Amino acid sequence: MSEPVLKVKNFTVEFWVDGVWYPAAVDMNFELNPGRVLAIVGESGSGKSTTALGIVNLLSSNARMSGSVKVKGQEMVGARPQVLRKFRGKEVAYIFQEPMTALNPVYTIGFQIVETLRTHFDMGPKEARARAVELLTMVDIPNPEGSFDKYPHQLSGGQRQRAMIAQSLACDPGLLIADEPTTALDVTVQAEILDLMHNLKNKLNSAILLITHDMGVVADMADEILVMKDGYVVEHGSSEQIFNKPTHPYTKELLGAVPMLGTSAKRTLTKEKAQAPVLNIENVTIAYPKRGRVPEFVAVKDFSLEIFPGEIVGLVGESGSGKTTVGRAAIGLLPIKSGKLEIVGKDISKATQKELFPIRRHTGIVFQDPASSLNPRLPIGESIGEPIFLAGLAKGEALNKRVEDLLEQVELPRSYRNRFPHELSGGQRQRVGIARALALTPDLLIADEPTSALDVSVQARFLDLLLDLQDKLKFACLFISHDLAVVDILAHRIAVMQDGRLVEVGERDAILKHAKDPYTQRLIAAVPVPNPEEQRKRREARLAAK
Amino acid sequence: MARIKNEKPNENVTQGGENAIQNKEIEGLSQGQIVRRRFVRHKAAMTSVFVLLFLIIAVFTSLEMKLGPFRWRGWWQFKYDELLELRTEGCPEGIVGCPTLDAVPSFIDGTPMGLGRHPFGQDDIGRDYFAMVMRGAQRSIYVMVVIGFLAAAIGTVVGAISGYFRGWVDAVLMRFTDFIITIPSIIIGSVVGYHFGNLGVGFLAFYLGLFAWTGLSRLVRGEFLKLRELEFVDAARVAGASNRRIIFKHILPNAVGVIIVSVTLLMSGAILLETALSYLGFGVVAPDVSLGSLISQYQDSFTTRPWLFWYPGIFIITIALSINFIGDGLRDAFDPRQRRRLTKKDKERARAQAKIAAQND
Repeated sequence: MSEPVLKVKNFTVEFWVDGVWYPAAVDMNFELNPGRVLAIVGESGSGKSTTALGIVNLLSSNARMSGSVKVKGQEMVGARPQVLRKFRGKEVAYIFQEPMTALNPVYTIGFQIVETLRTHFDMGPKEARARAVELLTMVDIPNPEGSFDKYPHQLSGGQRQRAMIAQSLACDPGLLIADEPTTALDVTVQAEILDLMHNLKNKLNSAILLITHDMGVVADMADEILVMKDGYVVEHGSSEQIFNKPTHPYTKELLGAVPMLGTSAKRTLTKEKAQAPVLNIENVTIAYPKRGRVPEFVAVKDFSLEIFPGEIVGLVGESGSGKTTVGRAAIGLLPIKSGKLEIVGKDISKATQKELFPIRRHTGIVFQDPASSLNPRLPIGESIGEPIFLAGLAKGEALNKRVEDLLEQVELPRSYRNRFPHELSGGQRQRVGIARALALTPDLLIADEPTSALDVSVQARFLDLLLDLQDKLKFACLFISHDLAVVDILAHRIAVMQDGRLVEVGERDAILKHAKDPYTQRLIAAVPVPNPEEQRKRREARLAAK
Repeated sequence: MARIKNEKPNENVTQGGENAIQNKEIEGLSQGQIVRRRFVRHKAAMTSVFVLLFLIIAVFTSLEMKLGPFRWRGWWQFKYDELLELRTEGCPEGIVGCPTLDAVPSFIDGTPMGLGRHPFGQDDIGRDYFAMVMRGAQRSIYVMVVIGFLAAAIGTVVGAISGYFRGWVDAVLMRFTDFIITIPSIIIGSVVGYHFGNLGVGFLAFYLGLFAWTGLSRLVRGEFLKLRELEFVDAARVAGASNRRIIFKHILPNAVGVIIVSVTLLMSGAILLETALSYLGFGVVAPDVSLGSLISQYQDSFTTRPWLFWYPGIFIITIALSINFIGDGLRDAFDPRQRRRLTKKDKERARAQAKIAAQND
């Protein structure tokens, strides 16, 4: 066995906030050997990113570290800046979550790779360029010579992440820290990036410290797993052990909360015959009009979908496929260019703002981002009560009573009426979002990726709540998501979109088990499953198919 | 909806997520409380608040005032336009009307501290300079407040409308704003002052206010462009809110930080604008005085009787500086990314805590 690249001993990070030290990561102990992958998993706020940043000493000035972190035998805690600079990039490389913000937008990717190379090695510009192209070739960027002179915005999300990886590999680092490297990417791209990292690890014999909340990604990559909760390590073991025989209750809970494709119970819908659809979209085209020199952009082409009362339809697709556009148009937030759009029997294809007011009573929407979907200056009670107030249904005390009932319905304490959004966690805010959307007991609810910003356990609770409410209130729901496993839990029917077109629509099981369209098949195959053996089989199958 | 008062906002706050620890500081506080706490922590701004309040109260109660049937005597003995006998005793040779203010304690120079009869001295014809400076400060503060409020009102409305509606409304309003910006305010001021200077200081302030809103309206427009894309605006629209309600109830309160900050900074600019105009002779016209006109009137006497220059100057600097500091403090308070820095004192305290903890072990 070779010498470990990374040795972490009694490592503790604390933050100074308002006169008190709060621990963010406590007493971490682990080692990492070359060629191995250690995954740190946990929910947001559990201290996994803090640990990673602490290793390269990149924490903000109100943090303090104690204990010891040794990279190739060199102590990092309390090291002088000169020493750290030599180590960063050369011995330890960091892959950030969001390649768009981690790469400098005013320099070409080639320049940024060359910069890393020339900082650490005595290299001429020509040599460095050759090496950079070599690196870009290694990470499978199409046309490496040409891509060298491209700016980050000219590349797709997956290619940017590849460029980022190329940059981090520039100096053959012994340790690669990947902080949620695939979270911002679509599943199909995610699978490619994971394959790439897997290959590179074998080729270069680097150690990888992988930070993620996605158990599927962990199952795909990790040899060893560290489970963190509230700054403490609750369980540490090999991948097989954690997935097959978790001992700590929190690990079990975390694994239990992960939605798995094709495991949820059958959902049947008792459909009365000859019911009119709540939402009827017929051959709709939606376009963003041209602005100045930017030409018109057609986001959705010739799209048709019907949703019947009491039915949940899942709309899935990758980013940019136009699913959110459909959701917004369906409640009249966006005008449609051609086609026919009917909500509860009323045609709103050409409705003006005024004509839309009566429709508002029958529709509700839950938004994606819990941080921006509530007005930060209003107490949440006022946000929830606004639709009722504006519809003129209740005022004063009666309104307060209804708001409190709604809060109870979404399992929040009644006293939360006077809280402000920033006091609530992401999951709680999404509940408030639901309460607001259901305030007028709508016939149609649009849910636009309501869980994509939530942790798995919070997501599981949220989905349970949504199912319960739907059982009780029987509203029709268009559930937009990029996560097939989530849609699997909720939906009666699934519609798949690609590039603004409807690819396939059908009963849930028909789509998930017997998809006809190759795109749907690819999408399903790319979803990582939280099971290491299953993932290995899939990877081999993918490689064989190439 | 009124906030219920008897409920403690701090029961079982469950803060989760990325910044759980960083958010400990704002747990259980309303947006307003957070801003207030950050502001109170800003030492320069808090000092400025007290200095400015003291100055305003002192300045406005010093002289005789008539407001309809009410008559305020004022705590200062002279009027600003009263002709008095020029004092010569105690002054250097050949100089009359020197200040009697003695701010040096008696144990240093032997004479007791005190205001004396004419603390800021007298001007050429024997008027009490303290009364004149008080009068000048009143005029200047008055101009500043009028310009500030007028500019805030126009700038906010223009910015809000063009940012919210965009399209041709935006284009028309912004080109109009550009047009106003291209005309230098000093020239407007001197033209306006030349024509209307003797109509009184209120009229002058009003006219200047009509030209001072441009910067603010651009800032507000930018803020509205950003805020209107947020999801809570869509949520309000889905709830059936009208454009007016969205602008005033949902977006404006979120832009209030930007507005307050730039208005305070604009006010300190306004006081300098008035000073500059009066210096050029187009602002406040004799026999009335403002801080600027006092300085311009006595610029020649700087070498012989410098106090005629100093005292109005000190007032201008104090007022403008304290408003700037307050604006600075407000900007920091409204910025959610502002975190408390770890000071040397904090570090020492932390070390002491650790020591005690170690001893207890």
